[in-house]
Amino acid sequence: MIATMEQAQNAGTIRAELTVASLEGVNKNYGKVRALRGVDFRVRAGEIVALLGPNGAGKTTAVKLLLGLMPPNAGRVRVFGGDPTNPENRMRTGAMLQVGRVPETLRVREHIDLFSTYYPKPMSSAEVLAAAGLEKLSDRKFGELSGGQRQRVLFALAICGDPDLLFLDEPTAGLDVEARRLLWDEIRQLVGRGKTVLLTTHYLQEADALADRVAVINQGEIIAQGTPAEIKAQTSGKRIRCITSLTINSLRQIPGVTEVKEDREAVEIHASEAEPVVRELLARDATLYGLEITSAGLEEAFLALTQDGAKNGNHSN
Amino acid sequence: MSTATMTLSHARIERSSRHTATIYLKEAKYEFLKNLRLRMYTASVLSFPIMFYVLFGLVLNSKAAISGTGMPTYLIATYGTFGVMGASLFGTAAGLSSDRGLGWLQVKRASPMPPFAYFAAKVVTSMIFSAIIVLALFTLGLTLGGVRMPVADFARLLGTLVVGSLPFSAMGLAVGYFAGPNSAPPTINLIYLPMSFCSGLWVPFMFLPKIVRQIALVLPPYHLSQLALGVVGAGAHQSNATHWEVLGAFTMICLGVARIGFQRDQEKMYG
Repeated sequence: MIATMEQAQNAGTIRAELTVASLEGVNKNYGKVRALRGVDFRVRAGEIVALLGPNGAGKTTAVKLLLGLMPPNAGRVRVFGGDPTNPENRMRTGAMLQVGRVPETLRVREHIDLFSTYYPKPMSSAEVLAAAGLEKLSDRKFGELSGGQRQRVLFALAICGDPDLLFLDEPTAGLDVEARRLLWDEIRQLVGRGKTVLLTTHYLQEADALADRVAVINQGEIIAQGTPAEIKAQTSGKRIRCITSLTINSLRQIPGVTEVKEDREAVEIHASEAEPVVRELLARDATLYGLEITSAGLEEAFLALTQDGAKNGNHSN
Repeated sequence: MSTATMTLSHARIERSSRHTATIYLKEAKYEFLKNLRLRMYTASVLSFPIMFYVLFGLVLNSKAAISGTGMPTYLIATYGTFGVMGASLFGTAAGLSSDRGLGWLQVKRASPMPPFAYFAAKVVTSMIFSAIIVLALFTLGLTLGGVRMPVADFARLLGTLVVGSLPFSAMGLAVGYFAGPNSAPPTINLIYLPMSFCSGLWVPFMFLPKIVRQIALVLPPYHLSQLALGVVGAGAHQSNATHWEVLGAFTMICLGVARIGFQRDQEKMYG
């Protein structure tokens, strides 16, 4: 029953079922706001799970509960089989949270030194600096760093203790494309070493790029869980793009069309099935050109799921 | 489906007490360095008491005396009190309110840092800055003010003021828990400047109007300054125990308020 981390990772099938952290029937309220409603969510050993949802969905609340920063109003939170408020748990976890201010007069290596000291078996500072891409910046004061560099320092503080379980709350928020890609690479390298990662994001491409498994959360409820491919498959939608003289309103009235968007000179039509809509389009507009048909991406799946969730209230998978 | 759950039992993850001591030391070291490098903090906290002392104790009034104690000596006690008060209030409250309001404290709490180490580091840093201020005043007084006291008295004065800074560290924690990052400094000023004046830290106590002198009896800085003045022989000859009791009670109240703030914080949603 109780297996060590190493056994778990070696015994292929057992590994998938080893729960490292979980929320079981969790409610969390802030006054009247119900931030989490009956959430059931598991993080399994060795995986990267993305908690994907719009702002205000409850992602950060879920992370704070798992870090033991506050108790749930109902339900149970478990990390490494125990209560997350137990300080011993924190010696095996690392967290990268969204912060408004980090002490600016301390140097990068000083921040890392202090945080490393909290842990019983930290990584060496050389390893941490390398893993976070900070080797050249170790003597700089935090206040002198750019936004992307600051995020990498926060990342370094999350990993410096060599934790088994890593929480990354919107790790690339506010970063430009290059900084984002760099951080993704660093995250991937980590997971290659057998860490478990829970990542929250509202950025769909990030979930798609990094996660083994995605849980879509909206308004405090998990409305879908699965691999990125499974989530995409849940909305069997098609995207039809073309340049047409038909008006948006008339396009919306074609049966089977769920949404129409303008994209510069073209229109993007979302429909559950492409063929009937395309037939109708070609029939109505002989001058139509630039026709492209693609499967709905994660973005459409996400929008569809969150709109469904909002409509149905208690929709859950 | 039976899911196995990872537990704690197989991993021995404890910190030895030596390790814990190291954490406390490093926390204090970096808190001190952080503040030292903050020019705003260091400059204002050190310079005000020193400036006032130089102006009122060395440049003006240097030959005056109060009940037999020379002004330069008298003012070490009062400006020393003022100085340690400022160092402690600003050292704890400003940092705490900022760390809380902007999410840094959450990052620390999410880490394995023992929470008490955070507060201990702030208090220790304030005590170190307090000692620096007092020693600076000693140096000025000795070299330029003709202050002469037995070494034991210097040591007792330093000890009194540094220990006496603790109630103000406690007060700083209380303020820091209820103030926002931008409102903490003005709030501190609003409290501690009038308090200092009414306690006789600027204008010597006996020159204050009677009604102010009565208010002073409930003000902690008055009591600390009386203890300090007692060391240099210029106190109002009340029992030291009374003064320490008032300071102790004040500390307890502040810690109680801080604790309420601490518990209230656990439920707050940030951002």
